[in-house]
Formats: sequence, C-alpha cells, structure tokens
Amino acid sequence: MIRQLKESLKANNYNEAVYLVRFLSDLVNCHVIAAPSMVAMFENFVSVTQEEDVPQVRRDWYVYAFLSSLPWVGKELYEKKDAEMDRIFANTESYLKRRQKTHVPMLQVWTAEKPHPQEEYLDCLWAQIQKLKKDRWQERHILRPYLAFDSILCEALQHNLPPFTPPPHTEDSVYPMPRVIFRMFDYTDDPEGPVMPGSHSVERFVIEENLHCIIKSHWKERKTCAAQLVSYPGKNKIPLNYHIVEVIFAELFQLPAPPHIDVMYTTLLIELCKLQPGSLPQVLAQATEMLYMRLDTMNTTCVDRFINWFSHHLSNFQFRWSWEDWSDCLTQDPESPKPKFVREVLEKCMRLSYHQRILDIVPPTFSALCPANPTCIYKYGDESSNSLPGHSVALCLAVAFKSKATNDEIFSILKDVPNPNQDDDDDEGFSFNPLKIEVFVQTLLHLAAKSFSHSFSALAKFHEVFKTLAESDEGKLHVLRVMFEVWRNHPQMIAVLVDKMIRTQIVDCAAVANWIFSSELSRDFTRLFVWEILHSTIRKMNKHVLKIQKELEEAKEKLARQHKRRSDDDDRSSDRKDGALEEQIERLQEKVESAQSEQKNLFLVIFQRFIMILTEHLVRCETDGTSVLTPWYKNCIERLQQIFLQHHQIIQQYMVTLENLLFTAELDPHILAVFQQFCALQA
Amino acid sequence: MDRKLLPSRCPLGTMSNNLRILCGDSSLELSKYQDQQFGGDNDEQEKLLKDSSTLYVGNLSFYTTEEQIYKLFSRCGDVKNVFMGLDKIKKTACGFCFVEYHNRFDAESAMLFLNGTCLDDHTTCTDWDLGFREGRQYSHHQSGGQIRNEFREDSDICRGGFGKQAQAHDRRGIH
Repeated sequence: MIRQLKESLKANNYNEAVYLVRFLSDLVNCHVIAAPSMVAMFENFVSVTQEEDVPQVRRDWYVYAFLSSLPWVGKELYEKKDAEMDRIFANTESYLKRRQKTHVPMLQVWTAEKPHPQEEYLDCLWAQIQKLKKDRWQERHILRPYLAFDSILCEALQHNLPPFTPPPHTEDSVYPMPRVIFRMFDYTDDPEGPVMPGSHSVERFVIEENLHCIIKSHWKERKTCAAQLVSYPGKNKIPLNYHIVEVIFAELFQLPAPPHIDVMYTTLLIELCKLQPGSLPQVLAQATEMLYMRLDTMNTTCVDRFINWFSHHLSNFQFRWSWEDWSDCLTQDPESPKPKFVREVLEKCMRLSYHQRILDIVPPTFSALCPANPTCIYKYGDESSNSLPGHSVALCLAVAFKSKATNDEIFSILKDVPNPNQDDDDDEGFSFNPLKIEVFVQTLLHLAAKSFSHSFSALAKFHEVFKTLAESDEGKLHVLRVMFEVWRNHPQMIAVLVDKMIRTQIVDCAAVANWIFSSELSRDFTRLFVWEILHSTIRKMNKHVLKIQKELEEAKEKLARQHKRRSDDDDRSSDRKDGALEEQIERLQEKVESAQSEQKNLFLVIFQRFIMILTEHLVRCETDGTSVLTPWYKNCIERLQQIFLQHHQIIQQYMVTLENLLFTAELDPHILAVFQQFCALQA
Repeated sequence: MDRKLLPSRCPLGTMSNNLRILCGDSSLELSKYQDQQFGGDNDEQEKLLKDSSTLYVGNLSFYTTEEQIYKLFSRCGDVKNVFMGLDKIKKTACGFCFVEYHNRFDAESAMLFLNGTCLDDHTTCTDWDLGFREGRQYSHHQSGGQIRNEFREDSDICRGGFGKQAQAHDRRGIH
C-alpha cells in the first residue's frame, strides 16, 4: 500500500492519496498497523513544510493529509505517542502561521465576512482539529465497526509501516488548488430539527467529507447518488437536508471550477426534490432566498452559476416562484446585483420557453426586468430607411437572395456600393468597405431570421462573400458589429452566430475579443451573454491548439513506429515513406507553433483591453473624487479574475510575459492585486 | 462454487451489484431501440452507436423550438447541429429531434444529465443515434407522425391530444 501511495503522489493523484492515508489510519485503529510507525509517517509528512524552493501548495497537501486523518486516528496516536504528536502539532502550527494567503480573496464566494466567514481550507481544518484535541479526541460520527471487535483485534500481530519518504517535487508535479470552505447554514437556520454542528466542529468536517465522497463516487448516476445522500447513516442526529444542500452548493460555487460539470448539480437537486418532496424543496427554497439576499457581495462567476442553476431548475417546475418576495430589487439601481440577477434569470428562462410565458409568470411590476422580445432589427425595412445609404443595394440583394443567387451574383451587386471611407476605390477588388458589409450582412441575416438553422444555412451558402468582405481585421470587426445591430434583442442568436463564424473562419478569436471590448458593446458589457461568448471563444481556441498538438504527437509516434520496424526489418523502401511523414510532421510543427502563438495573442489582447478600461475607470474616479467601487467596477474586476481562474492552466505558461509586459509594478495596485492573487494560487 | 447454490442474499451477489454501480455507467448504455432502416447488421449498428456524438431526443412538445433545444442542450457543451423531427406528410414538428455535439464526451453528459428532465414541461427522453442523414428527420409511421405517438393513451395537448389510435377508437365509439 505504501508503494501505491507513492505511485499516486507521483501521478498527481492526490484524491486517491488522501483516501489511502485515511485507510492506513483506520488500519491503526484495527491494530493492524502499529501506531508509532504511523506517527513516524506523519512526522515525515509535516517535515515537508521545511522544504525550500517548493510550491506552497506542495507543503499544504502534506499538512492536509496529516490533519484530515486525525478525526479517524487522532485518539489512538495521541494515546500512544503524545510527545511526538505534540511536536508535530507545533511544527504544523508554526507553518500555518507563516504560510502566505494572498490567493484567498480570489477563491471566496462572498467578499463579506458575515454571516459566515469564508475561511481558507487549512485554517478551517486546523481550527476543527484544535477543537477536537481540546475535546480529547471525542468524535461520534465516523463509523467504527472495529470497536465491536476490539477484544480480538488487540491480540493481533501489529505491523510497522516502512519508513515513508515523500516523493520529491518535480517539474511535472501539479498539486491540488487551495480552497475556501463554503458555509451558508448554521444551527439558527433549522430551529426545529436536530442541531447543525458548528463550523469548527470536527463533526461538520466529517459529515461534509462523507457527503462530498458520495457525490464523487456516484455523480454520473443521479438516482443512485440522490439515494445514497438521503440514506446517510446517522441522519437522524443531523439536519441532513441542510448539509446536503450546503455541500452541493459548495461544489457548484467552488472556485476556480466545480469538481464536476455544472448541469450535474441541477439534475441532482431535481432528483433529490423528487425523492424527498416533503422536506427538501423547502430547504432548497430557503437556500435560494439566502443566496438572493447575499447577492451584493457574491463573486460574479458564482452569480453566473446561480443564474444558470436557478433558471434551469425553474424550467423543471413550471417556473413557479414567489417573485413578489423579491420586489425589493425593483427600486434599486438596475445595475446593482439583485435586479441584474433577476433580469438574467428571466432571460435564461425565456430561452428555455418563450417570451409570452415569461410575461405571464412574473407579476406586472416586474415587467421592467423582463427580457426584450427576441426580434430581428432590419434597418432597411421600413419606408423611412429610403434615405439610408445603400438602401437600394439592400433591396437588390433581398431580391437576389430570394431568387437563390450565387456568390458571384452577390459579388457583382456589391461591386457598385461606394466606400464611404475613401474617395477612390482601391480597385484591387474588395478592400475594407463598411457599407458593403452593412448591406450584405443586414439583408442576409434579416432574410434568414426565421431560425438558427436558416441563419446557419445562410452563412454556409454565402461563405465566400463573408470571407472576402471580412478579410481584414477591420472587416471582421465590422461584420460582428453589424450582426450585433441586427440581433441585439436576441443574445442567444448572437452567441450561436459568433460560434459559427469562428468555426467557419469568417472571423477569428482575436476579432471577437476586440469586438467585446469595443465601444458598441459598452452598454451591454456587464450582461452575462457577453462573457459566455468570450469564454466560449477562448475554449474554442484552446481546443484547437490541443487538437493540432495531438495530431503532431500521433504523427511523431507513427514515425517512431516506422523507424523501429525499419531497424527490425532493414527495409530500404521505407526511406521514402519516412520522407513524406517527416514532411507532414514539419508542417504540423509549424501549425502547432502558429496556433500556440494565436492563443497567446488572444490572451494578451484580452488582458490588455481589461487593463485599459479598468485604468480609465480608476483614473476618472480619482479625478472626480468618486468611489472606485461602483457595480460596474466590481463586475469588471471580477470578470478579469474569471479569465485567470477559468483558464489558469494555459495562462501559467505566459507568466513571464505577463509580468514583464502587462502586469508590471507601475500598474494600479487594484489591478495588480488580481495578478498577484493568481500567481499565489500555485506558488 | 456453483453460482446456483448460493443463497440469494449472499453478500457476494450484492457486492458485484455495487461494484457494477461503481464501475459502470448504466445511464450511458444502449437502449433496446434498433433503427429498422439501417443498412448494416446489428453489430455494426452497436459499434456506430458507441462512438456516436448524436442523440435522438423524444417526447417533445410539438411547439418546442430549435432555440429551446439549443439552450437546454448547450448546458452540456457546444451544440453542433439540431435537426427537428417532422411529420412525414404535414412537414410540421412532431415531437422529436436530433442533437449533434462536436464530441462524444458532451453527448455523454447530455445522456447522463438531461435525459429524463423537463423541456417545455415535457419529460425529455434521450437515446444514442447513428448520426443524422437526410431523410431521417421524417417520422416513420404511415399516418405521418411518430409510432410512439400513435399508441399513446393519455392526452397531451402539445403532442396532438390523444394518441392517434386512441383518437381513432374514440371516433368509432370504442373506449
């Protein structure tokens, strides 16, 4: 088992490693392993805190592995070796005091300390173990079947663990991210049921550990998962539904990312509601209410997840909710968190149903927060547009589209469109001409407005025209701008069109990034759909790089196999085969480098634009003497954090460039703090 | 030891059950549906289904739009295509569709987490599909709609009222 433990650690499989350590601890309780040898192992664990030039997260994990086993075996170890244990404790304490916690604000779900402080996970665990020690290691929640067999087990032959040296830190070692413990309930929230164990009690730790473990084992099978959760042993002693809801939200809101895909938690909660219809829905409603009340200090990324969860959940229950309870948001500044939340939820609900349904489900007082009817806006549509430049061409195009014109026919109609930007047309053909783009995109999208499929067909059929008009960077930006003007009432359509345009290479990722930060979008800058588009764009870029890297790897492996076969067979003719493959590898290598460079450029553009608008805001506030902390600012700075958190693995590669080029010491401390918190995450 | 001799409450039996729960993904298994119009044999069909990134989605309201389907199924990943199912004769929506993802993993998430949940107040039913080909968007039954809709006995206003057979019975005064 020790070998297994070493292998898990080397393979960066830390979850498995923790369970192994815990299992070994329980073997001490069964008298299979001698306590002193376990103590010796823990001594070695904690001595990792003395290592220098290693990431803090490495030291953290060994301390965590030690502390988290104590609820199981603390009593036994202390009884046998209290002096040694005291020494280990002292070392742990001094480490916990001196470790840095710059990363904590980035991982907290709420910025407020009330009603429940959002503690760093090691601090919380330390407090819990301290309390356990003070209570003389009395712990009542862990199942201890070996106690019944104590008289037999204590006669058994004990074994010593071989001495355990933690595997050294390597370049490839990736340690678990630090966490902040999510708390939303305490004993006052369920006054009638059994008492909820306090936040620093070890019972709370054990219950939460066990519930997280159930979810980890059964997350793919929601019926089993729900059944296992509600049949938690010892459930009569604790307000189980509250614990379950808290643990599920803890995972859903975890930063940087939930352990499992978001939608799983939605379906799990629905399943739990079905399983316990008399009790769980009420706890869930209570939780929703509490989350709503604390929106003002909730991290923007978590608010996004709350919006997605709540709208999807409502769609499974006929959108029934007591909206009047939330009337307080109607009198607030529309940019503040509560009204924004309700607006975004209603918009998502509409996407899962239809516009009239949303107007029907909310009280009339809420109509200001209802989404717009998702209709298309065609600027050449009515008589007043006669005077608009390009109007006649638009009509011409409309006729052409309806009579199934070809790309060439469209090109010839567009040739006559004057370019408002320059006096004489660059007669190479099609230089950037915003008016051409305007009439073409407006008319085509208007005619294809019926459904997503219609619009996609339009994009596919006239792909050639799109590519030509959008050849330059300005062209790409303008295509996006015009598309947005047409569909600004229908964010979902905007999102799917941007997705298709990237996939068919009409626009590139950097164009989308620049468009999002452009002045045309400033009014909608804090709306959720904008960030969904940006993150989706980054993800596509990331997937593209991975795909080409994989192709390169496969080609290299193929070549290696061919070489091996050649050395086995000594076949001269394979020289030629090699040549073709080597050429392919060279091409793929170039492709990979070009893709990686595009990816890096995308992130740099995004960071640059963030720094620009944030600095603008900060400078303006300084000159005006107003407070920096407006709702817009909170949203923007947390969106910057979100970029770091959601794509941290890729961004780690750019640390040096970011530090030297963008996040330099001259930067405003507000902005620099975000970068420093990010650096602290894996430091 | 001969399995038949073990008592039914033997822990070994339940343990293998538990192990199966831990190791298997029963929600991802193939259902009993076999496409009768598929050209190849059953083994071929099974192989294609195991690699498929396309799902058949059934029991939809006739009023459910492509947009709603995109929204719901985007919870599991970027949707590549949605093909709405059409009544063979009337060419109108008849309560099913195909959802294609860019990769298998996203499709698996949809099978695990969206199957059996609501869309437009209808409990959707998802299943693996061989992949869309022109013509498959049309329902099979002679009267135009889906076979399963023919024999439905309850009333669902959003799926044409009672099942066609039940309606036929009604007309003939048989209950």
